[in-house]
Amino acid sequence: MKERLVLVGNGMAGVRALEELLKLAPESYDITVFGAEPHPNYNRIMLSPVLAGEKEFDEIILNDRSWYEENGVTLHTGDPVVEIDRVNRKVVSQSGLEVPYDRLLLATGSNPFIIPVPGSDLPGVLGFRDIADVDAMLEAAKKYKKAAVIGGGLLGLEAANGLMRNGMEVTVVHLMDILMERQLDRAAAGLLKKSLDERGMKFLMEAQTTEILGDGRVTGLKFADGSELEADLVVMAVGIRPNIELAQKAGLYCERGVVVNDTMQTYDPRIYAVGECVQHRGQTYGLVAPLFEQAKVAANHLARVGIARYEGSVTSTKLKVTGIDLFSAGEFNEQPGDETLVLQDPARGVYKKLVVRDNRIKGAVLYGDTIDGTWYFQLLREGTDISGFRNTILFGQHDLGDAGHGDETRVAALPDDAEICGCNGVTKGQIVEAIQTQGLFTLDEVRAHTKASASCGSCTGLVEAILASTVGEGYEAQPSKKPMCGCTDYSHDEVIKAIKEQELKSLRAVMDFLEWKTPDGCAGCRPALNYYLLAYWPEEYHDDPQSRFINERAHGNIQKDGTYSVVPRLFGGLCTPDQLRAIADVADKYRVPEMKVTGGQRIDLFGVKKEDLPAMWKDLTDAGFVSGHAYGKALRTVKTCAGKKWCRFGTQDSTGLGVKIEELTWGSWMPHKFKLAVSGCPRNCAEATIKDFGVVCVDSGYELHVGGNGGIKVRVTDLLCKVESEEEVLEYCGAFIQLYREEAHYLERTAPWVERVGLSYIKERILEDEAGRKTLYERFKLSQKYAQVDPWRERAEGGQAHEFRPLKLSA
Amino acid sequence: MNNWKEVANLEEIPKLGSRVLEVEDGSIALFRTSDDRVFALRDACPHKQGPLSQGIVAGHTVTCPLHNWKIDLESGEALAPDEGCTNVYPVKVEAGLVYLKL
Repeated sequence: MKERLVLVGNGMAGVRALEELLKLAPESYDITVFGAEPHPNYNRIMLSPVLAGEKEFDEIILNDRSWYEENGVTLHTGDPVVEIDRVNRKVVSQSGLEVPYDRLLLATGSNPFIIPVPGSDLPGVLGFRDIADVDAMLEAAKKYKKAAVIGGGLLGLEAANGLMRNGMEVTVVHLMDILMERQLDRAAAGLLKKSLDERGMKFLMEAQTTEILGDGRVTGLKFADGSELEADLVVMAVGIRPNIELAQKAGLYCERGVVVNDTMQTYDPRIYAVGECVQHRGQTYGLVAPLFEQAKVAANHLARVGIARYEGSVTSTKLKVTGIDLFSAGEFNEQPGDETLVLQDPARGVYKKLVVRDNRIKGAVLYGDTIDGTWYFQLLREGTDISGFRNTILFGQHDLGDAGHGDETRVAALPDDAEICGCNGVTKGQIVEAIQTQGLFTLDEVRAHTKASASCGSCTGLVEAILASTVGEGYEAQPSKKPMCGCTDYSHDEVIKAIKEQELKSLRAVMDFLEWKTPDGCAGCRPALNYYLLAYWPEEYHDDPQSRFINERAHGNIQKDGTYSVVPRLFGGLCTPDQLRAIADVADKYRVPEMKVTGGQRIDLFGVKKEDLPAMWKDLTDAGFVSGHAYGKALRTVKTCAGKKWCRFGTQDSTGLGVKIEELTWGSWMPHKFKLAVSGCPRNCAEATIKDFGVVCVDSGYELHVGGNGGIKVRVTDLLCKVESEEEVLEYCGAFIQLYREEAHYLERTAPWVERVGLSYIKERILEDEAGRKTLYERFKLSQKYAQVDPWRERAEGGQAHEFRPLKLSA
Repeated sequence: MNNWKEVANLEEIPKLGSRVLEVEDGSIALFRTSDDRVFALRDACPHKQGPLSQGIVAGHTVTCPLHNWKIDLESGEALAPDEGCTNVYPVKVEAGLVYLKL
């Protein structure tokens, strides 16, 4: 017989845990759910938009009744559990139902805190917690005019905004002298208050409510200084209290919340608890992102996977008031000894503050321009050393030429028809619609449903900002440790470490050792693993063609019509009349419909049918060409300028050096594509300062530049060092490439990699550690012995023939 | 019609790989999964007609090389949240030979 699981509390945290459990172990329990409210699980975060009239209740249901049916879950709504009998392991509901359990999951949530003053039980005094509260407020807005909201925090302001949208005159009553003091510093709170003032919201600051007045229904508030405020609706939004009544009655250990350990177990090991009712390491949480993390951990243990631990969360906040962009995270009020970086532009209504300690971000408050909130939050959680870019950090991650969406940063102010994702033509309205109707919480979910930011990724920041401003505090930030893909819980770094330290030398060995969850991996992890194995074990590992993206399997670039393009290598961009003639002959012979000179100084032949590839390669290799790897996560080209042989400004032989570098590096597989350039003088005609590795010749030697990018997001290189001879250029170049090959994540270009690990780390490895540099260079040359086999010649000679020859039906 | 046609040796299709079979009105992609089952789909992704035969096979799915749609090899259906379907042909493998019903 199946074990029985009872969930007490039919809200977001509890049902999320069920969803995670069903994903991991769909058949493991008979599941019964009790909920106090008469509804299936809905998105509590979306109550504000419902109140503001922007959404209907039906649109915010996350799991409708058919979801419970389809998953074999028995649901009792409107019937709270009133007793847990731990001795006989059963629960008793209000209606008298008795259901036994083997495992119990408590997710009783929280209650709004009602301040204990006379009159707090009068009709017309509400919390802001569930759909019943929202309905009562909407009802009141039809009949009454004046509302008072007690509490100038996140929830209070959202309630006040919603009531105002329903035509009420709203006064926010706040005990402190600034709004949202738990999320904002004085300056940002001031900007917020000014903006809300302009919308007609009224405020009573530093006002302590001592009595709620009324006879039969609320008529007003009375304050400590004796003054009064007229009101026929009062909303209490001064905080929430974990709902621990049931747990306490059952004798479970509680403090402010139900106390749980890192596996979300209460003091009774059969009883787990998640959500707002929980106290973990002394903390209680009211935001949805941490609750979802807890749900995941509880599900992991309920499914007997037993490896997940919850270690607490750092939270960030966004206010969901239409048109106001506001973000805060971490310790936003500086302590003595902290540094603060501030950008203030009153005319644009922009305020940004970062609190920095030991060159690491500890907190952030953003008002007006919040596009970089997610970036700062990531730097905060990962404890990144910001010394390398602190001089520009306040201008954001997007200070340099992002392609595809202008320089739009104020997401909340954008109209619904503004195009956010230029690749897939997705508008802000479509993204918001999908988030709200499909109940999306993560960037990955938004990508899957809308395709926004799923192609080139340059609008990721915008999409995250829309997600954050739509779901508000429910926004689930990318976890700081990100699994490689859905097939594993391990991150890229952990996988790389295991391959290296455990000497794993085959795909099977990696998947077995790290207990891959899928039998064959997926299109995401297999190419990554194949690359890591090639990079670490060049002598022993045999490339797995079936784990290569088609471009690398077919050694050509697949085009939208299924044909391929062919780019022969022209070392340093130099060519001879014979080479050009040979290319022209091949183009004629195979009726190539279009030719183009590429940005990397070579010639692209488009529209080649797959079955023609081997014969065409044979003609090209006979003429002395090798593959240009224009299709691969590999070394692409070395772009050069004319150099001192011809150019009157040239200081060194840039073309000759370019050819030498390309001869050293061609054929090398990389985490991502890799481009080089050599310019003969600082005029830099080869554009070396936007390449992965660029050389700028000067009269006294060679400047080496790294980590540039001219693509989605322009990034100018960092200067690594200056050297004096061509031999040194080759050595430093090889060592830098090898460091990147061994340590970057698959599909990570050098630009983000250099930003992630920091230029100082790369200098440490390449400049300061001479022996280390030489070893890296040696390892690169060793790997090149195996990599510099021309894939075109192999295939022209019959290798992998099945890849290119279609099967035919025999008559 | 309604006849099983021998189209390939099992060994001609690489494991976790595919072959393209040319037929009168286009191409059929034959996939071989790690459990040595063979599936046949019209070689066109329901999204933008990308050649599924060129995708990466994992489990009983293939990922289209153009825009990463995942297609279920048994049903020809796109995996959620994408929506669409491509034709599936009955396949059997007997004594190392692959037969297709066209």
